[in-house]
Amino acid sequence: MIGDGRGAITSLLSRRLLVVTGKGGVGKTTVAAALGLVAARAGKRTIVAEVARRGDVASAFDREGAAPFAETEIAPGLFHISIDPQDALEEYLRDQLPSGPVAEILIRSRVFGLIAAATPGMRELLTVGKLWELAQLDRRTPGAAAYDLVVVDAPATGHGVALLSAPRTFAAAAGAGPVARQGTIIDTTLADPEQTAVVAVARAEELAVTETGALREALHASMGLELEWVVANALDSDRFSPPEAKRLQPHAAHPAVARALRGHQRALRQRAQLARLRKLTDQAPARLSLHPGGPDIERLADELEPQLDVDR
Amino acid sequence: MTGVGERLQGKRICIVAGSGGVGKTTASAALALGLASGGQRVAVVTIDPARRLADALGLEELGNAPRQVSRALLESHGVQLHDGGELWAMMLDPKATFDDLVTRLAPDDTTRDEVLGNRIYAQLSGAIAGSQEFTAVAKLYELDRDGDFDAIVLDTPPSRNALDFLDAPDRISDFFDSKALKLFAVPTSIATRVMSRGTSVVFAILKRLTGVDLLDDVSVLFRSLGGLIDGFRERAAAVKALLSDPATTFLIVTSPEREPVAEAIFFRGKLRDARMPFGGLIVNRATMLDAGEHTDPAAVAAQLGDQLGAALAAKVAAGVAELQLLAARDAESIERLKAELDEPEPIVVPRLDGEIQDIEGLMALYRRLAAQ
Repeated sequence: MIGDGRGAITSLLSRRLLVVTGKGGVGKTTVAAALGLVAARAGKRTIVAEVARRGDVASAFDREGAAPFAETEIAPGLFHISIDPQDALEEYLRDQLPSGPVAEILIRSRVFGLIAAATPGMRELLTVGKLWELAQLDRRTPGAAAYDLVVVDAPATGHGVALLSAPRTFAAAAGAGPVARQGTIIDTTLADPEQTAVVAVARAEELAVTETGALREALHASMGLELEWVVANALDSDRFSPPEAKRLQPHAAHPAVARALRGHQRALRQRAQLARLRKLTDQAPARLSLHPGGPDIERLADELEPQLDVDR
Repeated sequence: MTGVGERLQGKRICIVAGSGGVGKTTASAALALGLASGGQRVAVVTIDPARRLADALGLEELGNAPRQVSRALLESHGVQLHDGGELWAMMLDPKATFDDLVTRLAPDDTTRDEVLGNRIYAQLSGAIAGSQEFTAVAKLYELDRDGDFDAIVLDTPPSRNALDFLDAPDRISDFFDSKALKLFAVPTSIATRVMSRGTSVVFAILKRLTGVDLLDDVSVLFRSLGGLIDGFRERAAAVKALLSDPATTFLIVTSPEREPVAEAIFFRGKLRDARMPFGGLIVNRATMLDAGEHTDPAAVAAQLGDQLGAALAAKVAAGVAELQLLAARDAESIERLKAELDEPEPIVVPRLDGEIQDIEGLMALYRRLAAQ
């Protein structure tokens, strides 16, 4: 669903999993948190899941120090979890081997720990397995309630794609057996556009735009998925129309006017990058403005909301 | 104030660390270019698929071995290299580097082929215990040992976790020292006999969980890697020694934004814990006020009202207010960094109007880094 964007966007919040990725430093964490807040405001029980981080979402909400691998409510209807592969592994084993001591033997076994840590791709598989579990209506975790939506604060572009394709790769490598079977089930969810949507965050800068184009291609090649939504973050204020800029010119000796003209030039360059972004992704990106005092999640959510069309 | 030139005096290796998106790759290239212009033979090693950097340096592409940037091209962009100065650039390919290491450290051709041809290794390599980070330092070690360069600048992987990078040698040697690997290093039939009862229970459960194929492939991979234990252990020790060598230094790059600042503080702490050398902090993209930009926005609107009309003057004033807010935020970040990093004189680079696209831009950045 690209090109007309509209249909895809209105249904964005009705997926099970929103995977937010993009180049390092573009603001994935804050955008994921803001998207989570938009969903929660729309009445969806939502969880923002951070992958391999140190609780950045919680700190974006000024909620530091929450137990990371616990589902913690950080705003009404909005939960947070930080996914650690080791915790995910233990949870998985306890679920798969319910006969108590057997799981504990594995968890305590140094040999097993080393194998799990050293097996290529295992961390990604465990992480994505937990994401999948969070998105199930019938939760594996004892006593856990279902979420309407899981927003994933995913790693940067390349690692993000590797994360999504881990179950597929693993299923192929495992051949037969429970891991292959479960890998296939998880992959079916991830590769289904009805259930999973990938959101790319970019800035209106050359490299970030180029990388978003590369992300789109990589995602298509490895998962057959499209970028459902593109968000251009931290845009400078685009204050002046061309006639206004012209009127400012003669007064450039004034430092404030000189700075305004420089800002105008920057805004023009960002406009050109936004046009490139639109072309490379075949859709009009949503826009978020730069917050001079540091990103403010509530305000970002306010900006995203009308661009998302949550009512439909 | 100490510019980057003095900070790198007598250093052979400069590792540029920091969170993703703060301009590490550009800063690394600028440093390398500046050092080369000063008469050193310099290699810059990047991990980013920095197409633009390759373009800027006139290289078709950056390969897994250093390529020399043409002296004529540099001169045509106004950069004169002092006598002996050379600039080389490469892009690290972790998989190719790991393959090379396996090839070099394998005791025989059979072991090498077994590892390189293993299904698990082929499909999922690049993920062995932090191999991207390890291959970066392993490559650094090789370039340094070969002695072709006076200075090597390494642009580190865009890792969220600084520990992955600093711990890479330890984790690789832990892996090669591990009981698991040694168990697999003997043929399976014997292994089951020599295993402790607990371990064989672990394997039995594992087999049930993962399926036989996967476990067999993993065992074969581990068994073949077993032949590389000594080679990898030695290499990891040498690489680790290089990271703490007095001729090595870490520069931390950050932007004034909240997350990169937190990452920089975290990384500095880890360097301190690991007793690795910290060479200085670069704060990139800081909004700084020029003289005459401290005027109150309301006063600006009043000054310009007659000439521009109230509406346009108000817009200019709104821009001033925003700029002052940004500058205040950035100044606060810099103060925090100074205190937390114990770095009284960070090198601060103002936010530039455009992105650095070419050799002139890199050289201008180097001058800023060196001039303070």
